[in-house]
Amino acid sequence: MANGNTVAENFYHQSTNKHKGILSWLLTVDHKRIGLMYLISVLTFFVVGIIIGLLMRLELIAPGKQLMEAQTYNSLFTLHGVIMIFLFIIPGLPAVFGNFFLPIQIGARDVAFPRLNLLSWYVYVVGAILALVSLFLPGGPIDTGWTFYVPYSVRSTTNVSLAIFAAFILGFSSILTGINFVTTTHRLRAPGMSFFKMPLFVWATYATAWIQIIATPVVGITILLVMIERAFGVGIFDPALGGDPILFQHLFWIYSHPAVYIMILPAMGVVSEIIPTFSRRTIFGYRAIAMSSLAIAFVGYLVWAHHMFTSGMSDTARWIFSLLTFIVALPSGVKVFNWVATMYKGSIDPKPPFLWVMNFIFLFSIGGLTGLVLGSLATDIHVHDTYFVVAHFHYVMFGGTGTIFFAALHYWFPKMFGRMYNDKLARIAVALYFIGFNMLYFPKFILGYMGMPRRYYDYLPQFEPLQRISTVGSWILAGTIFLIIGYLFHALVKGKKATSNPWGGVTLEWHIPSPPPLENFKEIPTVTHEPYDFSQLKEMKNE
Amino acid sequence: MSSTPTAHVESVDFVMLYIVGISVVLLLGITATMIYFVFKYNRKKGHQPVDIHGNFWLELIWIAIPTVLVLSMFYFGYTSFREIRDIPANAFKVKVEAMMWKFTFKYENGKQTDTLYVPINTPVHLEMTSMDVNHAFFIPAFRIKEDVIHNKVNNLYFKPEKLGKYDVACAEYCGLKHSMMYTAVKVLPKQEFDNWYAVKTNAVPNVSEVK
Repeated sequence: MANGNTVAENFYHQSTNKHKGILSWLLTVDHKRIGLMYLISVLTFFVVGIIIGLLMRLELIAPGKQLMEAQTYNSLFTLHGVIMIFLFIIPGLPAVFGNFFLPIQIGARDVAFPRLNLLSWYVYVVGAILALVSLFLPGGPIDTGWTFYVPYSVRSTTNVSLAIFAAFILGFSSILTGINFVTTTHRLRAPGMSFFKMPLFVWATYATAWIQIIATPVVGITILLVMIERAFGVGIFDPALGGDPILFQHLFWIYSHPAVYIMILPAMGVVSEIIPTFSRRTIFGYRAIAMSSLAIAFVGYLVWAHHMFTSGMSDTARWIFSLLTFIVALPSGVKVFNWVATMYKGSIDPKPPFLWVMNFIFLFSIGGLTGLVLGSLATDIHVHDTYFVVAHFHYVMFGGTGTIFFAALHYWFPKMFGRMYNDKLARIAVALYFIGFNMLYFPKFILGYMGMPRRYYDYLPQFEPLQRISTVGSWILAGTIFLIIGYLFHALVKGKKATSNPWGGVTLEWHIPSPPPLENFKEIPTVTHEPYDFSQLKEMKNE
Repeated sequence: MSSTPTAHVESVDFVMLYIVGISVVLLLGITATMIYFVFKYNRKKGHQPVDIHGNFWLELIWIAIPTVLVLSMFYFGYTSFREIRDIPANAFKVKVEAMMWKFTFKYENGKQTDTLYVPINTPVHLEMTSMDVNHAFFIPAFRIKEDVIHNKVNNLYFKPEKLGKYDVACAEYCGLKHSMMYTAVKVLPKQEFDNWYAVKTNAVPNVSEVK
C-alpha cells in the first residue's frame, strides 16, 4: 500500500494467509492490519457523525425552522450521539492504536487471540450495519437520544429495537477487544518487561480493557430488557406497565459512566507517550500516572448517579454521588500535573504531535474543570440537561479523546504507513482546530448557564447570537478535519519515506522498521531499560 | 424587593463563581507553565535534558491541595442545595401535571391554569408528576429544576422575592415538541394574587405590573 514501489519486508506485503488483495485483509489475523481496518471503519463513521453535526448546527443558526422538521432534528441528534460514541470514540483509540501498538510496545508478535481479534472487527461491522439498516426500515430512524431513556424509548414508534440491538452487538466487539488486551498484557510481555517497565499507553489500554470487560455487559442486559419490554409489554422500566424508569437510568449509567473512562483513558496513555518523546527525557511520576489510571478505572464505577441529580433520587444518594464525583477528579489532576512536570528541564521539540498534546491539555482541562460545576449539587441542578452539559462533554470527549485521536495519528503515522506528512500544514491544522473548537463549543457553556436546554430543535430569541457563533465555529472545525484527512491521504501516496525513528522515541515500536514487518520482531527483544530511558538513543542509531 | 428573583439564585451564582474562579486560576496556571517550559527548554537552545523521575512531595502537594479545593466545592454546592430541599410545611402547594407537551397547574382550591401564578414572598411547594414520559420542570431564572416522572411525585421548592414573569422550560427530552414545551411562572403582589385566587374561575389575572 504505502510502500508499493519497494520490495520492503513489511506487513503490507506479508500476509498471514494464502489470499491476495482484499481477501488477504478481510481474513487477516495480523493485529496491525486489523488496527488499520478499524481505522478505516472508525474514520468513515467519524465523518458521517461530523456531517450530521454540521446539519444540526445549520438548523440551529437561527430560531425557527431552517432546513428540517423537528422529527428529523430529533433523529439527527440521536444518530450523532450513537455514531460518535459507539462507532467512533469507544473503539477509536483502543481498537485502532491499541491493536496496532499494544503488542509492539510490550515486545509481542501479535495479540494473545488473533482470531478473536478479527472476530471483534466483524462484530463491530455487523453492529454498524444493523444501525444503518434501522435508519431505512419503515418506522424511521430512532429519535430517543443516545441515552434511550424509558418510557419514551418504549413508546416511540421509530426503529428503537433494532438500533439498540446494534448497540448490544457493538458491546460484544468492545468486550472481545478488552479480553484480548488483558490477556495479551499478562501473557505476552517480552522477557524483562515487568509491569512497571511497560509504556504508559499499555497501562492505560490495560485499565480500559478491564472496564470494557466488566461494565459493558450491564448495558447489554439493560438493552435486552428494553427490547423485551417493547416486544412483549413486560413491565420493567415503563411506569405505565408497573416498571420503574429510574431503574433504567441507574442501569444505563452504571455502564455509560465507566464508558466515559473507556473513552478517555487510552487518550491519556497516548499523551504519556508523546510528551517524553518530544521532551527527550523520562516521564515525571511514572508510577503516579500508571496508578491514577487504575484509580480512575476503579472510582469511575462509583459515580454514575451524578447523571441523575435531578431525577428525584434521595438527598442522601445525591450528596454521596456528588462527593465521589469530586474524588474522581483528583487522579485526572495528578496526570495533568505530571505531564506538565515532564516538560521541565526537557529538550523540547514542539513537532505537530506535541502541539496536538498541548491543544489537548488546554481543552481537556476546560472539560475537566467544568465537570466540577456539574459535580456540585447546587450548580448541577441549574445546568443539568442544558447546553452547559453539552459543552462539557464535548470538551472532554472531543477536546480530550478526539484531539488525541489526531495526536496519535500524527505521532504514529510514519510508523504505520512509512511516510511523512507535511509539517507546515499539520501546524496550521492545530491552530485552526483550536480556534474552530473553542468557537463551536465555548458559547454553549454560556448558553447553558443562561438556561438553554439541550436537545432543542428551536430556541428563544435571546440565545441567537451565541448559537450563531457556534455554527460558524462548526464550519471552521469541520473544514480543519477535512484538511487533516486530505493532507494525510496525500502523504500516504506522495509523502517522504519515513525512517524507523523519525521523532527519536525509545519505546519498542521505534526499534523496528517503518512500517513494521509481519510479527513485528525478528527476535523477541529482551527489555533492560525503563520505558522512557533516552540514553538508549545512542545505541539505537547503531541498530 | 430583592435584586434577584429568589435568595437561592445568589447562593447558586456564588458557588458557580467560586468553582469557576478556582478553575480559571488552575487553567491559566497549567497553560502558562506549559508554554513557558516549551520556550525555556526548547531543543533549539541546546540544553542537555535532565531525567527527573518524580518527586514524592510534589505528588503529595498536588493531591492534597486539589483535595481540599474540591471538598470545599462539594461543601458549598451541598449547603446551597439544602436551601431548596428543606420545604416548609406551610408552603403554598400547587400540583404540577406534565404531559406531551404541556404543563398544567392545579391549586388546592380547585383552580387550574396553564401558567403558574404565585404570590411574592411566599414559599411555594410544587408536587409534580407526569402523565406519560419523563419531563423536567426548569426555571432558569430561579436556578432550579427537577425531573417530572410518571407514577412518582417529585418536589420543587422556591420562594419568589421579585415580581415578574419567568420562563419555565422542559429540560428532559420528551419527543417531537420538547423544544416548544415552554410555560411561565408569574409572581404577583400578594393582594392581587389573593383577589385572583378568591374568584372561582380559571380566568387569567388582570394585573398591570406583570408583563
